[in-house]
Amino acid sequence: MSVLLGTVVVVTVLGLVLALVLYLVAQRFKVEEDPRIDEVEKAMPGANCGGCGFAGCRAFAESAVKAPNLDSHFCPVGGNETMGKVAAILGYQLKEKAPMVAVVRCNGSCEARPRVNEYDGYASCYVKSLLYTGDTACSYGCLGCGDCVEACQFGALSMDPATGLPVVDEAKCTACGACVKACPKHVIELRPKGPRGMRVFVSCLNKDKGPVARKACANACIGCGICERTCTHAAIKVDSNVAYIDPALCKLCRECEALCPTGAIHGVNFPKPLDKEGVKERIKARTAKKEVKDE
Amino acid sequence: MSKLIVSPSPHIHSKDSTRSLMRDVVIALSPAVLCSVLFYGLGALVVMGVSVASCVLLEWAITKYLLKKPSTVGDFSAVITGILLALNLPYTTPWWVVFIGAVVAIGVAKMSFGGLGQNIWNPALVGRVFLLVSFPTYMTNWTIPHGWFGADAVSGPTPLGIIQEGIMQGVSIKELTAAYDYKSLLLANIGGSSGEAFVLALLAGFVYLCIRKVVKPWITLSIFATVALTALPFWLINPDVYTGPIFNLLTGGLVLGACFMATDYVTSPMSVKGGIVFGVGIGFLTMMIRYFGSYPEGVSFAILIMNSVVPLLNRWFKQPKFGRR
Amino acid sequence: MGGVHPHDMKISRDCALEQLPVSPTVYLGVAQHIGAPSVPCVAVGDKVKVGQVIAQPGGAVGAFIHSSVSGTVKSIASRPDLAGRCTTHIEIAVEGDEWLEGIDTSDTLLTTIPEDPKAIVEKIRLGGVVGLGGATFPTHVKLSPPPGSKCERIIINGCECEPYLTSDFRVLLEKSEQVVVGAALLQKAMGGVPCTIAIEENKPEAIDSIREAVSKLGYAQIEVMEMKMMYPQGGEKQLIDAVMHRQVGSGALPISVGAVVQNVGTALAVYEAVQKNKPLIDNSVTVTGAGLPRQANLLVRVGTPLQDILDYMGGIPEGTAKIISGGPMMGRAVANLQAATVKGTGALLLLSEEQTRRAPETSCIRCGKCADACPMGLEPFLLNKLSKTKDWEACEANAAQDCIECGCCLYSCPAHIPLLDNIRVGKGFVLSAIRARAATKK
Repeated sequence: MSVLLGTVVVVTVLGLVLALVLYLVAQRFKVEEDPRIDEVEKAMPGANCGGCGFAGCRAFAESAVKAPNLDSHFCPVGGNETMGKVAAILGYQLKEKAPMVAVVRCNGSCEARPRVNEYDGYASCYVKSLLYTGDTACSYGCLGCGDCVEACQFGALSMDPATGLPVVDEAKCTACGACVKACPKHVIELRPKGPRGMRVFVSCLNKDKGPVARKACANACIGCGICERTCTHAAIKVDSNVAYIDPALCKLCRECEALCPTGAIHGVNFPKPLDKEGVKERIKARTAKKEVKDE
Repeated sequence: MSKLIVSPSPHIHSKDSTRSLMRDVVIALSPAVLCSVLFYGLGALVVMGVSVASCVLLEWAITKYLLKKPSTVGDFSAVITGILLALNLPYTTPWWVVFIGAVVAIGVAKMSFGGLGQNIWNPALVGRVFLLVSFPTYMTNWTIPHGWFGADAVSGPTPLGIIQEGIMQGVSIKELTAAYDYKSLLLANIGGSSGEAFVLALLAGFVYLCIRKVVKPWITLSIFATVALTALPFWLINPDVYTGPIFNLLTGGLVLGACFMATDYVTSPMSVKGGIVFGVGIGFLTMMIRYFGSYPEGVSFAILIMNSVVPLLNRWFKQPKFGRR
Repeated sequence: MGGVHPHDMKISRDCALEQLPVSPTVYLGVAQHIGAPSVPCVAVGDKVKVGQVIAQPGGAVGAFIHSSVSGTVKSIASRPDLAGRCTTHIEIAVEGDEWLEGIDTSDTLLTTIPEDPKAIVEKIRLGGVVGLGGATFPTHVKLSPPPGSKCERIIINGCECEPYLTSDFRVLLEKSEQVVVGAALLQKAMGGVPCTIAIEENKPEAIDSIREAVSKLGYAQIEVMEMKMMYPQGGEKQLIDAVMHRQVGSGALPISVGAVVQNVGTALAVYEAVQKNKPLIDNSVTVTGAGLPRQANLLVRVGTPLQDILDYMGGIPEGTAKIISGGPMMGRAVANLQAATVKGTGALLLLSEEQTRRAPETSCIRCGKCADACPMGLEPFLLNKLSKTKDWEACEANAAQDCIECGCCLYSCPAHIPLLDNIRVGKGFVLSAIRARAATKK
């Protein structure tokens, strides 16, 4: 019995002494911090993805607390909602930003873009891009090794085995930009999501001249300029043989999409499928009217 | 013409693969396996068969059903674990004890760390030591082989076991070791686990491994040297209490351990220097356990202890970088 | 330290150098060397002769490019190289074979060495000579050491340690005297320092032939050294270590230990440029592969499309899986057969699927073979892991930047882990970090 008692006493005393030591050490080395850092951090999504440009949510919070305003701080993952909370904590004015989404600007599927050689190295787009321009005749498009899929922390990207191209799951994409940084070909772009997710973009980056691009990939933008000429909103520019649609100017009329001879222009999330013939009729009628006016 | 392959350099590869290296180890172990079956007969064959089969099956089942990864059975590493485990057990071991050993070796010591290349300790040795502490009666029932095919084998403890016992009863070492001349030690006329007994067969296998450049001899040689050099002063001071260097080299599975267990790629240091330190550690610990420990035999424990410090040795003993001396 | 011993496979060693017929059209790239791309100085429609300057150096580290044929400039346009990357090429349609006046095309051996070292270097510069060992660094830049450093020995690299390659061997054997005169010229250019011609021991005929030429020509302080057979014995840093027992530090140039290394092919080009006024317009190219009906060592005009060379050899044989420009350890796989040769092209190697296909990657068994094989004393298994986790700081601490990309680690790995593929990534990031630091310091 005395052994038992002795043990209990020793363990209790030991526990108390050690607790006291721990307490004293903690007091001695306490770091004074702005309590708002913790609050801001709590408001963050906690993904530590680095999409904001800081090392993690904590680093973002530390910097945001010190900053004079929130202009240089934006959490793409949490979006306006999170930033609203942060602004409320810090007493700043919030500038709302349009929600963004990752967009794959290559539609050179296996069918459209035949493989002209076979890559047999480490399955990484970066390693592949260091070596050569890729296993297709297009030197601008997706390399298909899935560096973007690996970079995505949110599971929003996956490779489609049928096309060999990455697919973005818009529900999961937080627009953190990790895939944009990971892609050595800069195929992925962050674009505004658009109203109800509707947006039109050129899904090609091929800067080669029309015939060369066409030979490499049936779906390539050949820089013909039909879209640029048709667009009534001056949203499309063809530069070095490839078209680009400015999302800020695009009015989602889908005329370019209907006219694109190679199908390089993609419209997504529209409630109705594109009525190509209808759109063409409309354009024809408009140009006819215009000609009449000109005369 | 089919499509050309494009890949980063280099464009050619040596003929070595994990599979070919492991196959060489199996070949190197085969003389010892053959000897043990010839000398001990059916019992050894059953132990060997159960051990190898259960190791391979367990690895296959774990990769397929638990890890859901492609099977790694084809690389022969499970076969080696099975052979080494069997060589470490007396041929009288019941099959279910062998199976438990295989479960511990493959399931616990290898696959739970992530499979080949990830384990910290030599799987076969973990299995063996587990059995040694869990089933001491089965594990110390050694048999002295007499004649071919184990027809009239007499059971008895290992030389080191006899000596441990003898010291406790106050018998002089000289008297105890007098029973063993070195020829009988070399030619396996002693009690021991299957693999402990056939020193010449094991050494032949090891020479093969060195010639094929599968292993480098430094670890093994440094173990032998350390065991001999540690035993020498003790033996010179008091040969009545301490066994001699040559006796220690030839008994207790030291040859098996030094040639095949300590040289396992995964659980040994990479650099030559690290390997020598590793070997010295094993040799010294073995002798300390043999002289002063309560177990008669220390190679397994010594190797497992030194396995634990391999990451440290890899960190400390790096080869010099070119131009940074 | 380190190195591997692949089978040397020199199946084309007995094929004498032969002249490849001039192609109907050649394409001369403006970026055939390390440094600034050259600037074309001809216009479309111009008539050019063999040896005429068609592009001028684009910077201090740059080289002249001479027309390798006579004919008409058809275009100056972007064209994919063997990796598919587009660079500017000057396309010349060949008409006849008219050489520029002043070029000595005879076989007479000119052994008199000019007195003025500067004149030699200037002639090398005007000849557009670049290092033919693979790096294609402009030779005249290498021969002008930065102030404060002093050259103590010039090493002529005749190791040719890569399997299959035999073009340097044939040059050593058939043009021994020219190579020795070239060595003497390089020696003079560096101020009369001693010169070592290093040849691997698997080329005894070449060693004998060069020894004979050295004693016959009687230049002072030129010695022939027999090197152990080991890959990469011909790596610049490894060679200096073997010849001079000095190790070039991390990030340092050979001149920091008083060494200048030039390839055998470069020595020949130097001889031709200085003594014969013949600029670098052709080089020797080994065309080899077990599947080819015959092996060859060809003298190829710079800018010849690879397809033309293969056609001359009887086309691409059945079963060819990979075509490599250079050796099997460090050469580059060809993705585009329309690409043209450059000054540094030393070989075309055809490998079958069985010879070259990579086996699937399995787990690392920590055998340490990669570390044993690394001639730079690095730990490839570790760098591979650090590079995959993108830990560039740790890559730098473990000297990823010292990697010479010799391929020994990947060659020897029994688990077929793509070590070098990943280490290259780490090396690239570390080097750019080092450059960025140096830039901010300035």
